[in-house]
Amino acid sequence: MSQGKLKPEELARITYQPPAKSWTDPTVEFRKGVICYGAVPETLNYLDLPHAKKWQPTDQDWKLPPDWKKIIFEGMRDRLMRFRSFKVFMDICVRCGACADKCHFYIGSGDPKNMPVLRAELLRSVYRRQFTKAGKIMGAMVGARDLDEKVLKEWFYYFYQCTECRRCSVFCPYGIDTAEITMMGRELLNLLGLSIEWINTPLANCFRTGNHLGIQPHGFKDSVEFAVDELAELTGIKVKAPINEKGHEILFVAPSADYFAQPHYFTLLGYLALFHEIGLDYTLSTFASEGGNFGLFHSNEMMKRLNAKIYSEAKRLDVKWILGGECGHMWRVLHQYMDTMNGPADFLQVPKSSLTGTVFANAASTKMVHISEFTADLIRHNKIQLDPSRNNHWNATFHDSCNPARCMGLFDEPRYVLQQVMKNFHEMPEDTIREQTFCCGSGSGLGTDENIESRMRGGLPRANAVKYVRDTKEVNLLVCMCAIDKATLPPLLEYWTPGVEVAGLHELVGNALIMKGENERLTDLRGTPITKPLENKQDAA
Amino acid sequence: MKFGFSLLILALLIVIPALGASLGGAPFWGIVIPYCALLIFLVGFTSRVLKWAKLPVPFRIPTSTGQQKSLDWIQHSPLDNPSTGLGVVGRMALEVLLFRSLFRNTKVELKEGPKLVYGSSKWLWAGALAFHYAFLIIFLRHFKYFVEPTPFWVVGMQNLDSFFQVGLPMLLATDAVIVAAISFLLLRRLLDARIRYISNASDYFPLLLILAIAATGILMRYFFKVDLVGVKKLAMGLFSLKPVVPEGIGAMFYIHMFLVSSLIAYFPFSKLMHLAGVFLSPTRNLANNNRMRRHLNPWNPQVKVHTYEEYEDEFRDVMKAAELPLDKEKQCPKAS
Ligand code: SF4
Ligand code: SF4
Repeated sequence: MSQGKLKPEELARITYQPPAKSWTDPTVEFRKGVICYGAVPETLNYLDLPHAKKWQPTDQDWKLPPDWKKIIFEGMRDRLMRFRSFKVFMDICVRCGACADKCHFYIGSGDPKNMPVLRAELLRSVYRRQFTKAGKIMGAMVGARDLDEKVLKEWFYYFYQCTECRRCSVFCPYGIDTAEITMMGRELLNLLGLSIEWINTPLANCFRTGNHLGIQPHGFKDSVEFAVDELAELTGIKVKAPINEKGHEILFVAPSADYFAQPHYFTLLGYLALFHEIGLDYTLSTFASEGGNFGLFHSNEMMKRLNAKIYSEAKRLDVKWILGGECGHMWRVLHQYMDTMNGPADFLQVPKSSLTGTVFANAASTKMVHISEFTADLIRHNKIQLDPSRNNHWNATFHDSCNPARCMGLFDEPRYVLQQVMKNFHEMPEDTIREQTFCCGSGSGLGTDENIESRMRGGLPRANAVKYVRDTKEVNLLVCMCAIDKATLPPLLEYWTPGVEVAGLHELVGNALIMKGENERLTDLRGTPITKPLENKQDAA
Repeated sequence: MKFGFSLLILALLIVIPALGASLGGAPFWGIVIPYCALLIFLVGFTSRVLKWAKLPVPFRIPTSTGQQKSLDWIQHSPLDNPSTGLGVVGRMALEVLLFRSLFRNTKVELKEGPKLVYGSSKWLWAGALAFHYAFLIIFLRHFKYFVEPTPFWVVGMQNLDSFFQVGLPMLLATDAVIVAAISFLLLRRLLDARIRYISNASDYFPLLLILAIAATGILMRYFFKVDLVGVKKLAMGLFSLKPVVPEGIGAMFYIHMFLVSSLIAYFPFSKLMHLAGVFLSPTRNLANNNRMRRHLNPWNPQVKVHTYEEYEDEFRDVMKAAELPLDKEKQCPKAS
């Protein structure tokens, strides 16, 4: 894939000295490698979204409707009345700068408008002028700006250079969450048909076929069958993977990339092996074949439209509760939005592991359990047999994905599982993990090739922390639980930190899992030969 | 330039009462101005807070900064990721009383390699905490002017304060702290290129204003002695809504009073409202019990969804060919 023309040494020449001109100057240059393609009319039309047009951000003329300012101001007024977060965050920032160097895009680019505080000020300055007395009377003093086309372009540029990772909000003394402001900014831009293709095409696909990739039901089934065959080749065991069957206990929903992309696919093999081994009574669904939800990166309404299928499918298939696979933004939606948007899920039951008897009281209302919670509970109760030495060829570190980290606090469940299924594990430096984790640089719908330079810049802090453990602890594997991570971390590491591969947690579970009646495992799930000492084979038997 | 502009406004706010008071009209400077300022403050502050409080919180979006509550045997962080109302109170108390989030502050440096290094950076936290607590103590100390006899807690505070006294004449520790802390916050804004870049005039102004208030207070206390008996009479008069203007209070007092009035009148229209806003921040004041209890969105919109029926209608043939279960074997003929 194209890494852009810049070599890592060149890209790493970053200066943090702000420029001479004031930030209030909105001029931006839309460079190749930094910005994504504009959304195409077909997808906007399919989703009944306004102001579809053939358009690219690099065009001079953005074909704005004549009353575009009015549309934006109305949109702002409306959102200021619907979201306390938006209004309060517009009002109380003191520009203390605590968030400034917390954003991976700022660290990787040195562009001052990538400081969360300034990203927010881009919108705030217009808010002040339009909606506050101070901004109307003494605009210059409070940093108020008029809205014009340049400002609009600047919004687009910077709101599509924020991965909505919420790292800034951890450090802000008032909890100001620039991700929330970016979300509002994107909603406003949508009103004028200004969005990016990499978000809108998955949206349209997902609305129609149930998954971002646009895979139709038979294609989904093919892929699952293929995985079943592959697993049989690796283990000698042919597992069952029910699809669209009614009356099972559990509906399992994963990000669709798990079925079709690499290295996600090996995680799918891990799920299938685990479910077989514990005899889980579950079904997959082609209609709810996507747990991910790019609506989160578009608007709250779109998020709701795509999320609706999870509960409706659980109801149609008459399951008792829902289990969710490894994905970051998917879990933000499921954890913080689903129940509010499409609940109550009163037709489901409080999730209970039929193997351990554990009641997942933390999911009593939503009725959806994260697979790392489920697996941690299984291991804790000795319900599966593991041979960690089958992961001896890996020396791993763990990447907390932004959303499970800062929207849930899912830290120790995956770490527990990881340490049970493998022996060699090292944490990255503490300023780069858990709630302070650094984004892959490609989240929130920005994981495409067009903006590869932005991605490599934004991913620098993450890659650099991996480099640290690669160089000091000989780490060769980055484990994560997110479909976007699995897609975007490999090129990131190849660029900054070669020699480290990326895997999902349940790939490693699948490697270590001892299945009754299995053939001797000669390779791991991705086909790498397992090198292990003889006595371990004895243990495993 | 932004700094210069703020300085200019401050100069005006000093010159106006200095000139004004020397021209007479003490009741105007001593009674009308403070009452007006207070009125603006009360109306402005409450209406702003009410406006915020009335706004809906459609989604429960706490930022989790610690381990969630999930399985019993996994140690959960009740304060950094509270799952109950009580936990939220604790989290907010840490935030408001100790500036918990600011305490996390780090500083990043890019070294050759490239190598990113993160260092702890507590100066902003220390400066902010010192400033806010010194301000609070000085504010409370002023009750000795409003109430007779001086409340015991004010006396206690004062004793404690001068316990740390440095040199003569009786420089109260808080006076020194507040001047040092504001100077630090100001210098940081001016000297750190990054902070200077993000600063508006409205960021310098409150610091300068409060510094001037502290300075005039200190000057009055130690250098330009004003008639304290007169000041107390005036203050108690204001406080008990029976205003009187004693003769012969020094001009320095009127400057001090005018600056304080400016601050409280400016307060509701400025970023100083973070004082109240922090309590209403949805990333901090909500429990992370999202999956335990349903949160209601008062405007939860009706949206167009794609139903399973529509999906099956579109894909029935391929689903059938792939032997996937179907709800309806055949597409129902269109209603005749
Ligand atoms: S940390 Fe919060 S208050 Fe400080 S500049 Fe950033 S957003 Fe504003
Ligand atoms: S949410 Fe993340 S990407 Fe966006 S401004 Fe904050 S730190 Fe940067």
